[in-house]
Amino acid sequence: MSTSIFPRKFGRAEQSDEKDADVKLANVSRRGFLKGMTAVGALVIAARWTPVLAEEEQKYGGDAMPHGVVDNPDVFISIEPDGTVTLINHRGEMGQGIRTSVALVVADELGADWDQVVVKQAIAHEEVYGNQNTDGSRSMRHWFYSLRRAGAAARTMLEQAAAKHWGVPISECTAGVHLVIHTPTQRTLSFGELATAAADLPVPDRDTVTLKSPDQWRYIMREPEAYPRGENKQPLAADGMDILTGRAQYAADVSWDGMLYAVIARPPSYGAAVKSYDDSAALAVPGVVKVIEMPTATQPSGFEPMGGVAVLAENTWAAIKGRQALRIEWDNEPAGANGRYDSKAFRELLEKRSQEPGKVARSSGNIAAAKAGASDTLSVNYYAPHMAQAPMEPMAAIVRINDDSADVWTSVQNPQAARDGVAKRLGLEPEKVIVQCGLMGGGFGRKAKPDYVFEAADLSRAMGGRPVRVQWTREDDLHNGFFHTVALEHLEAYFDDQGKVSGWLHRSLSPSISSLFAPGAEHKSDFELGMGIRNMPFDIPAIQQENGEAEGHIRIGWFRSVYNLPHAFAIQSFVAELAHQAGRDHKDFLLELLGPDRKIDPRSQGDVFNYGEDPDKYPINIARYRAVIERATREAGWGKEMPANRGLGLAVHQSFASYCAVVMDVEVTDAGEVIIHRADIAFDCGPQVNPDRVASQLEGACVMGVGIAMMTEITAQDGVIQQNNFDTYLVPRINQIPKQINTYAVNNSVEHPMGGVGEPGLPPVAPALCNAIFAASGKRIRSLPVADQLKG
Amino acid sequence: MIEVTVNGKRQSLDVPADTPILWVLRDTLKLTGTRFGCGLAMCGACTVHLNGSPIRSCMTPISQAEGKQITTIEAMENDPVGQAVQEAWMDEAVAQCGYCQGGQVMSAVSLLKNNPSPSDEQIDNGMSGNICRCGTYPRIRKAIKRASRKGSAAIDESLFTEVKA
Repeated sequence: MSTSIFPRKFGRAEQSDEKDADVKLANVSRRGFLKGMTAVGALVIAARWTPVLAEEEQKYGGDAMPHGVVDNPDVFISIEPDGTVTLINHRGEMGQGIRTSVALVVADELGADWDQVVVKQAIAHEEVYGNQNTDGSRSMRHWFYSLRRAGAAARTMLEQAAAKHWGVPISECTAGVHLVIHTPTQRTLSFGELATAAADLPVPDRDTVTLKSPDQWRYIMREPEAYPRGENKQPLAADGMDILTGRAQYAADVSWDGMLYAVIARPPSYGAAVKSYDDSAALAVPGVVKVIEMPTATQPSGFEPMGGVAVLAENTWAAIKGRQALRIEWDNEPAGANGRYDSKAFRELLEKRSQEPGKVARSSGNIAAAKAGASDTLSVNYYAPHMAQAPMEPMAAIVRINDDSADVWTSVQNPQAARDGVAKRLGLEPEKVIVQCGLMGGGFGRKAKPDYVFEAADLSRAMGGRPVRVQWTREDDLHNGFFHTVALEHLEAYFDDQGKVSGWLHRSLSPSISSLFAPGAEHKSDFELGMGIRNMPFDIPAIQQENGEAEGHIRIGWFRSVYNLPHAFAIQSFVAELAHQAGRDHKDFLLELLGPDRKIDPRSQGDVFNYGEDPDKYPINIARYRAVIERATREAGWGKEMPANRGLGLAVHQSFASYCAVVMDVEVTDAGEVIIHRADIAFDCGPQVNPDRVASQLEGACVMGVGIAMMTEITAQDGVIQQNNFDTYLVPRINQIPKQINTYAVNNSVEHPMGGVGEPGLPPVAPALCNAIFAASGKRIRSLPVADQLKG
Repeated sequence: MIEVTVNGKRQSLDVPADTPILWVLRDTLKLTGTRFGCGLAMCGACTVHLNGSPIRSCMTPISQAEGKQITTIEAMENDPVGQAVQEAWMDEAVAQCGYCQGGQVMSAVSLLKNNPSPSDEQIDNGMSGNICRCGTYPRIRKAIKRASRKGSAAIDESLFTEVKA
């Protein structure tokens, strides 16, 4: 409607005021630099930025992301004369609640009444919206201030419009809730009444806009009870009722006229190709329309589809039956060693390699002297297996190609990568590819890779542009995923004759995500080493961290909290083992290793990653480690007398700029059953925009972490993943989780820099649980998952 | 032609008899609230009620529904127990990604209709067929207790009330 303020027109945003042009100019050099790295994931990009940008001004946080952050209200806000405020969410919603959090931040600064707010989802268009790649636990961390500036700028425009209408100085006009008040006379004009006039005003200069102070916030950092709900009690969470009534739309819930349903038989191992196939039986299945061979990707394949044979049909069931009826002979030759990948043998290889020195990742003090002078030592290997993210919504995407454009409906964490990838393979202008995203039925890193969107694009092209919806099955998800890495962590510690740890040796061996993009990448990248290795905070005189060789034989990809998982599992288990060997209380021993409260520049430890954040603003902060440890242990009653077969286990980890400590209260029965009575989780991400959602993310991370500890594992034989579905790929169910999960906010204040939320709750869960298992049973778990290790 | 009643509406379906109810609902009737999660009756995302009993629609062929009533998540707004469960789910802010929640609601409604005051153990047993990868289980437990407290009157009444969409 033309009467709305800030009509969200791309044209206007593209050529908007000078301030915005500044932002764009700042982006130009980054874009230039990034040109050679298309299709490489953002984490990898971030890891490689530092050396290149060293000569320029170093950028951090959202500013350092492709297309940066945007604070132009035109992009995010429109107000109708009836008062409806439409807010645009440009980040991917996958359960973390970002559609709610983005909207409530803008609404609060604007002064909008939540009951009159409508949230709409942006298409993929980073040139307008800024960075949209939703991973790395950074939506709010990167966007909190720019979204507030957008809301505040719009509020200022409404105040200006009111001042003009009344003919009074703007200093006498203050926005209240969904209206502007003329303070001296208490006259009011509603946002709806002001919308049209405000729309004609220029967007104020960024520096002239005043942000609200925390005591003025009505939604930000408030518990749900505190939300002012309207008479109709509109629920807070965006999409809440749609989810519970079945109206919510995920990738597979949209149909386009003439659409075909596709299911693809993909190669059994990474790199294998179709040798020959017989599709006569498949074509005989009623409803099957066509069978199409897909091109095989060359290795390393990045986000490219694996290839295989697609069955296109008039409905999903016909496509599934058609695929069952295909007879395919696979050629394993192109897969090379991948076709022989055996995860058990690979573990043995890593065990062997861990006994030899690796590439040095960090070295301080004299490790040889510490070893030579040791009065006691401990040397241990830990193992953590591959896993699949297995979001509940299997991947799906629809693509339709028109004359010079294409439409995409899907659920992806990185919509721009989907857009640009589709444009490239179809030879279209990127802006002519319209990628719409519904809700994601979980992501956990899997949907950061848009291979399934590319499959749909290839098939639509093969069908002359006809709409094709590609549907992955659960078997596809588990057989042909981008898997969490496998990890062998070798740890040695040397005690001096005072019983202090004088030396710490860590050899870490895992295939790198870089192996997905770069041939011969056999060592971890900087960002992977920055996930708990180089930034390990312990105050130990001699530290040697090495990174052994490990090749990727299946596609390795992001999994929620990524390399922090094996690193935290090994390090936090090892500290408990050392405390036990030294006859010390685990918590006291851990605090002693952390040393006195201090702020450490991660670069001083060789960590150039730091989650892309400014090391001055986001140092390694020992006081914050200490605070979460103290809180979790106090709440859990650390040190209290425990019943027989029962024990408490502790772990702490910092990741994604947040600190998390977990205490697990576990019983191990004589039969080897693990009963988890309680989890106490203390979490410091600085200010919590949406505290209840932070709590639910931590609860969810706890549940997933219990699964990682107890049951979740992907294995491979002859290059083929051995798990097929949820019968063999085990994830936690409601009867397998802690009886009680308590979460506590620590340092929940704007005094502290904001950290991530979605991922950092996960890494400490498994080691805390395994430490509790040891406390309860005396049995040390060094290999995940626990599975039946405690039985028999 | 297979005759079934879906959410109170008679449907004559021209689909192969072995087609799982899930795909009939989603592809033929465009009732997309019932979700595909595993295709193996292992995750519960596809849970619907067949003559009032919960089934996994991904493994149940449409032929087994001949002459029967299928009830899906889309009809829960018109079911007193469904309403109580939805309200409790909102009050506890259960959903994260939401993909499994339709199935969770269908299982919870079924649980409460059979047992208006389930114990902790009965909740865990009754809901253990439904996977939630986001890990909303702690809140599902709370929401079922809340619905149980709030909705006992509605539950008693609805036990004998046919659901109409």
